Amino acid sequence: MFEYRVNSNPLIATWRRVAAIVVKEIRQLARDRMTFGMIVMIPLVQLLLFGYAINTDVRHIPAGLVDLSQSSYSRELIAMTEASQTVDFVRVYASAQEAEQAIIRGDVKAVLYLPADLGQRLSVHPAFNRDSGHSNSQTLQPVGQWLVDGGDTVIAASIRSLRQLPLDTLAGRTLKDNVPTFEVVQFFNPEQRSVVNIVPGLLAIILTMTMIMFTSAAIVREREQGNMEFLIATPVKPMELMIGKIVPYVLVGLIQVGIILGIGHLLFSVPVRGGLLTLLVAALLFIFASLTLGLVISTIAKTQLQAMQMTVFILMPSILLSGFMFPYEAMPQLAQVISEALPATHFMRMVRGIVLRDALLWDLQRDALWLAAFTLGGLAFAALRFKKRLD
Amino acid sequence: MSDLAINVRQMTRCFGKNIAVDHLDLQIPRGTIYGFLGPNGCGKSTSIRMLTGLLTPTSGEVEVLGQRLPQYAEALRLRIGYMTQKFSLYDNLSIRENLSFVAQIYGLNSRQSRERVNELLALYALDKRQTQLAGSLSGGQKQRLALAAATLHHPNLLFLDEPTSAVDPENRREFWERLFDLCNAGTTILVSTHYMDEAERCHALAILENGIKRADGSPAELMATLGAHVLEVEGDDLRTLKSQLTQCPQVLSTAQLGTRLRVLVRDQTEQPQQWLQAQVNGRRIEAVRPSLEDVFVACTGQHSVSSATARAGSDSEQGERHV
Repeated sequence: MFEYRVNSNPLIATWRRVAAIVVKEIRQLARDRMTFGMIVMIPLVQLLLFGYAINTDVRHIPAGLVDLSQSSYSRELIAMTEASQTVDFVRVYASAQEAEQAIIRGDVKAVLYLPADLGQRLSVHPAFNRDSGHSNSQTLQPVGQWLVDGGDTVIAASIRSLRQLPLDTLAGRTLKDNVPTFEVVQFFNPEQRSVVNIVPGLLAIILTMTMIMFTSAAIVREREQGNMEFLIATPVKPMELMIGKIVPYVLVGLIQVGIILGIGHLLFSVPVRGGLLTLLVAALLFIFASLTLGLVISTIAKTQLQAMQMTVFILMPSILLSGFMFPYEAMPQLAQVISEALPATHFMRMVRGIVLRDALLWDLQRDALWLAAFTLGGLAFAALRFKKRLD
Repeated sequence: MSDLAINVRQMTRCFGKNIAVDHLDLQIPRGTIYGFLGPNGCGKSTSIRMLTGLLTPTSGEVEVLGQRLPQYAEALRLRIGYMTQKFSLYDNLSIRENLSFVAQIYGLNSRQSRERVNELLALYALDKRQTQLAGSLSGGQKQRLALAAATLHHPNLLFLDEPTSAVDPENRREFWERLFDLCNAGTTILVSTHYMDEAERCHALAILENGIKRADGSPAELMATLGAHVLEVEGDDLRTLKSQLTQCPQVLSTAQLGTRLRVLVRDQTEQPQQWLQAQVNGRRIEAVRPSLEDVFVACTGQHSVSSATARAGSDSEQGERHV
């Protein structure tokens, strides 16, 4: 009886099976218009949205004003405060009580209170009247008061930066040059635009989301739709299936990297200082690590819904603990340990290093090795967990 | 080389406390079509999954094509084909894409793959639809595609799990023609079904119930060794007669077929025809040839007579009914 004898070389057979799965995945992906569209739309829309929306220098906070002094001094103080662009005075209140109610209602985030005896307070303030003689510190009083909604610490911190206003111009003197104690020299982002830090970070977040999502559904879907029972009765090996499932999405990941960095460069003038080859290697390492993480989820989850829930479970810490939103260094030690376990953290360091600081792969070898080890370990784990059995 | 394609001794599979397959013995000769007949949940699918190496038996010895399972499951993959109960190819791939995928998975190169896929498309009358997505096919077309995929690598042994459950009678006949072609070419086929007419086409079959083999043999043997006489009563008011007869310990089962009532009278009854004549108020009685359905009824369910192969341990409830 006729029997195929084509598997004499196991390497060729393996190659054919991996290729078969890759081609199949790409065909299925291409037929799924929605998913195909999302590959392009997710990075595009999110980058535009977050690139414009996320800004860590706070400006134009809506503020209220209680001016009991109604003097030329008060008007000038108000003008100086507004000139800083940190606050816009949008409301005027008659009393401190009224202003407090407005803060409770959420009409304004802060209120500047200038008391009726503003002139008197100014006259004894050392920054205003340098000849007032340094009287007893207990008689020294600030000239006004900020009432702040402290719930949002970023806003509160911005208002606190308004505590010190130079009063020399108010007193009719030319501004004295203050020689700072320390001079700050800023490398890499001289204009202090947050978007320069955010675009490379978004690259890590968007890739985490899409890559894990694609593969976390990969194995579960076949199981849910009943394809798995046929597939495991064929000679395909677990590792071949895993690799075949990953490869198509590597291409998808690279397309997304191109979109994000391209738009970041064109629209937000984010420099790409480092070598493109270094960037490609880093991106590939991260894409592989994320896809592998998705595969591991896929071998644990029993339904696509469970896979989706686990993806979100990984995604949240990736956004909050990877250094994307808050500096890694400021986190407590336990959070840092969790952070270190996330592939996104390592890639965040690498991509910011390469894009902003022209770091070489050699400088980032620890993170690179970690991602490579994560991929290999994850693949082995997924292949071991995946049994060609139904029991 | 053994002339048995499948040789199974005392194969058992438990899911928790539930025994899905209970000490099953099977000897299936090469080159035959063997049937598993039984209601849903009787252990047909579980047995097939153990024989394909997808499930590990809880106990018992399983030898398929001369190789022990589950140890040699991977080596057997190239020699067995499996058509699952639920359509398991990809709905969003075309017929040709599905078959090419399977061909590559079995290690065919692109030329071999193209030739074999063309051959199968022609054989199963799918060539005109080869670019159509599998998800949009009718039940019969899906079934032919699944058979083409399961036989693509010329397996020696083919497992079909309820292959015709979603198919009309015309397509079923056509499907069985293909199975006999495969069998003629030397393939051993194990097919599970709950259709009597399909079971009757098999060279031999096993009747399964609650994971236990109630009877096995060729359809002719099974009908010959039926533990009852089959008689048909013709006349009016058969519903009343049926309920009367069902009360009698001598009657194994009754089934109405239009204007006739088919009655299975136990073998132990002396002069069964005369006995029945006395019960039916002058209605006409005729002895008829037993069908496979009679066999099935006789050896399963609560009526069950103890058949030659039924296991002693499970006979307690039936024993009481023998009286």
